[in-house]
Amino acid sequence: MSKETKKIITDGLFDKNPILVQLLGTCATLAVTTSVSNGVAMGLSTTAVLVCSNLFISLLRNFIPKEVRIASYIVVISGFVTAVELLIKAFLPEINKSLGVFIPLIVVNCIILSRAESFASKNKPALAVLDGLSMGAGFTLALVVVSAIREVLGSGTLMGYKVTPESFEPSLMFVMSAGAFFTLALVIAGMNKILSVIKKRAEKKEVE
Amino acid sequence: MKEILLIAFAAIITENFIFSRFLGICPFLGVSEKPSTAAGMGFAVMFVMTISSALTWLVYKFILVPSGLEYIKTIAFILIIAALVQIIEMFLKKFVPSLYQALGIYLPLITTNCAVLGAALLNIQNGFSFVESVVFGLSAAIGFTVALLVFAGVRERLRFSNPPEAFKGLPILLVSAGLIAMAFSGFSGISL
Repeated sequence: MSKETKKIITDGLFDKNPILVQLLGTCATLAVTTSVSNGVAMGLSTTAVLVCSNLFISLLRNFIPKEVRIASYIVVISGFVTAVELLIKAFLPEINKSLGVFIPLIVVNCIILSRAESFASKNKPALAVLDGLSMGAGFTLALVVVSAIREVLGSGTLMGYKVTPESFEPSLMFVMSAGAFFTLALVIAGMNKILSVIKKRAEKKEVE
Repeated sequence: MKEILLIAFAAIITENFIFSRFLGICPFLGVSEKPSTAAGMGFAVMFVMTISSALTWLVYKFILVPSGLEYIKTIAFILIIAALVQIIEMFLKKFVPSLYQALGIYLPLITTNCAVLGAALLNIQNGFSFVESVVFGLSAAIGFTVALLVFAGVRERLRFSNPPEAFKGLPILLVSAGLIAMAFSGFSGISL
């Protein structure tokens, strides 16, 4: 694996994780993470849109005039979002019900536009697809972590199965909106802590 | 009349766009640094959201539905909003320069504010009439502004606090937002 591809993969998953580091797409993160299945569904649909739009924008990067690029990106993105929305409506009506208005709102998820502007419009299609995949995976990963915490603490289940002992009283707060903010805050703080520990270790090594 | 009041009350307080629907979080975290910028953004959103609610409703009802194109509403709405923001910006620049000076920098940001598109989509989803849609758009924006102003006030205090190292920056902001959301969820007990 070349250095470039490796960097794209680690960027998406960790160093530039769209939710935990760049804090993009918070609306979707906070709203749909009440259960792991919702989180996964949201993550996968966003990834699908991201990969398709990255590919298309990268293919069209030499044809789109600079002045109207943002508008063109939005049209490409909303086209794919509509396709995903129709697919979900047709095959996964349950998911459609629980994600509701947040599926069409993938259009204004800043992650997708920011990748289009900062990566896909400057790179070859293959790299753009890889970037879409790794950013999408990072987004899904963060959603799964947040939603797992909220589901276990808020309803005592994981993927719909009961995982906590009888004596554990689920705290409704974690399903409500306040819990969304708290959980995301804790996950980001945890990430900061881990990153700072890793950094310190690296510095120590250099000194030695 | 009663129904319209109910829609307004729900959109401002019990189903506040930020604290219970999670729409518009990016600008909420981005521009709530100072009460003055928060107010500027709030007014810009109010302006755009009211007009866009009206416009998207009319386009949906009189163009998309008759031609059987309901399924492209997301694309149509985002284009309407983007165009509207651009037109408002040009209009204000030319005719009301003082207002343009106040709102100018916030206007382009509104295109990607999911609250605006969210309101347009929710109007259709809830089957609102024209008047209800406009009221919903306006009151959701008022709720957004209230939330932004409250949070900006909290953030002014936060600057002098001393959170643990890992919580510095965004996490502590999210915790404070969570605490305000908890206060707002107290309203959800009100049934009308």
